[in-house]
Amino acid sequence: MLTRVRRWGPGLLLISPSLLLLGVFVYGLIGWTIKVSMSDRHTAAESDGFVGLSNYVDLFTNDINGRFLHSLRNLLIFTVVFLLGTMLLGLLWAFLLERGVRAEGLFRTVYLFPMAVSFVASGVVWRWLMNSGQGDDAGGLNAIFGQLNLDFLQNPWWTDPEWGMVAMAVPAIWQLSGYVMALFLAGFRGIPAELREAAAVDGASTFQLYRRVLFPQLTPVALSALIIVGHMSMKMFDLIMSVSGAQWLTEVPAVYVWQTLLTSDYAKASAISVILLLLVALVIVPYLVQTMRTERRS
Amino acid sequence: MTTTTTRRTSPPAVATPPQKRRGPAAGVIGRTLRYSLLLIFLIIVLMPAYVLVVTSFKSGSDIGVNGQWNLPEKWSTESWSKAWTALGPSFVRTFQLAIPVALISSLLGAANGFVLSRWRFPGADVVFTLILFGMFIPYQAVMIPLRDVVSTLGIAPGIPTLIFVHCVYGIPICTLIFRNYYATTVPVEMVEAAWVDGAGLLRTFRSIILPVSIPGFVVAVIWQFTSAWNDYLFAIFLSNTRNGPITIALNALAGAQSPDYAASMAGALITSLPTLLVYVFLGRWFIGGLMAGSVKS
Repeated sequence: MLTRVRRWGPGLLLISPSLLLLGVFVYGLIGWTIKVSMSDRHTAAESDGFVGLSNYVDLFTNDINGRFLHSLRNLLIFTVVFLLGTMLLGLLWAFLLERGVRAEGLFRTVYLFPMAVSFVASGVVWRWLMNSGQGDDAGGLNAIFGQLNLDFLQNPWWTDPEWGMVAMAVPAIWQLSGYVMALFLAGFRGIPAELREAAAVDGASTFQLYRRVLFPQLTPVALSALIIVGHMSMKMFDLIMSVSGAQWLTEVPAVYVWQTLLTSDYAKASAISVILLLLVALVIVPYLVQTMRTERRS
Repeated sequence: MTTTTTRRTSPPAVATPPQKRRGPAAGVIGRTLRYSLLLIFLIIVLMPAYVLVVTSFKSGSDIGVNGQWNLPEKWSTESWSKAWTALGPSFVRTFQLAIPVALISSLLGAANGFVLSRWRFPGADVVFTLILFGMFIPYQAVMIPLRDVVSTLGIAPGIPTLIFVHCVYGIPICTLIFRNYYATTVPVEMVEAAWVDGAGLLRTFRSIILPVSIPGFVVAVIWQFTSAWNDYLFAIFLSNTRNGPITIALNALAGAQSPDYAASMAGALITSLPTLLVYVFLGRWFIGGLMAGSVKS
């Protein structure tokens, strides 16, 4: 026992500042936010009246124009398109590259480079590309479509009131498909060569090889990719602020929090934040627990 | 995490070579298709970069609706100097932010990662899971009280505050990077040999572990530098255009109702240059951080 203390006492000393900081700044502040979300602090003035869950109920039932539900709908459309786009492109790119092609490094580097750029910077160019003008006023991508006689592709992008969020997902897909590719590529490369050899010996066609041997091996990678990209999607803020700015059409919960804070409605902003946290936790916590469990087993 | 492989019975020692099922023509078509697709995607991915560069060198009169996609008629650096005037001070400030963040976070991460990779105390997994959860939370959920807390702590607004919060919220990812690194690349025997020789934990860490930690440090430093450089959320909540980093300044430059696109795009390029250079020259390590971000070791 004493040797254990002697050996690990300094270790505890080494990690305790970090644990303390995280305890306070992650869990402590989350607790604080939850407390504010149950108070009536709707103005800059301090107020600690406890109102239970009524701020949450109001968001769902009593928000002007159903604003919160609208932001959730936007988030849902964005997330579905973003996930589909990154998963399909990422898998396709990894598939095209996995058996080794000439200049593989070049393709990989280019496909992945948008990850190194901030959403704020890429938003500048995507705002220009997704110019909503059409016909003679066409700009950006619509102008290219016009020049290529693909006028039917011209569209109002994110300014479309119904499906604008589909367009908003385009820059996000551009930015993160390379990341998903890198994950899948690592997955492909991690598959033991014997599996391919065995399949070849059994006379499997290329199609069968992928369908029955390789793709099933990628399931864990696909799951990680879905969860990582999915949780990023729920937190999406920078990109939307930079492409459209904060406005009704493209509002998602993360932007709604910011807009609400500008009016000093701390209680409401906190309630939205907590819902956002719950959404993310719903995805992340099972993933973390499962990962830890698998790790312990091996 | 290791993927469990369903191993087939091993092939006989003298296996018949896999039959070629398709003629050479099919191979050529397949290869052509593969390279064409790769090339098309390459062009699509690079298109925004083309627009950025080309537009940034146009002068005011050159940016009409017509010929938006063309090269500039006259290459002009006017927009670049305009963007630099707007972004210069914050460009410097962002280095003052990102460099300390990268160094402090990695040191904390190395210490935590070492202890957590070797010390299997009861509940270690729970503690580690709780640490990791911190890197996935939407920061809005801490942002509202965070403003009050940092000002109560007396941390100066602007860059010092941002350094502090990036270091705190960078602990999870840096701990993860080093924990995975130590768990997979530093042999247990090395540590145990040091202990047999009577070295304590701190001594072992300093003289055995730190010297072999360079790859871990490169990954963590690059990761934290890039996240601090590219961050917008903390910046908008905790700083302003006068004392904040470059993303805030760029958004102010580009976010106007009818923005000066040439200057905005020059600004976007200036903003992206440091992280792009890091990516181009240290790409392998950059990807290491990305992979760590998906938790798997």
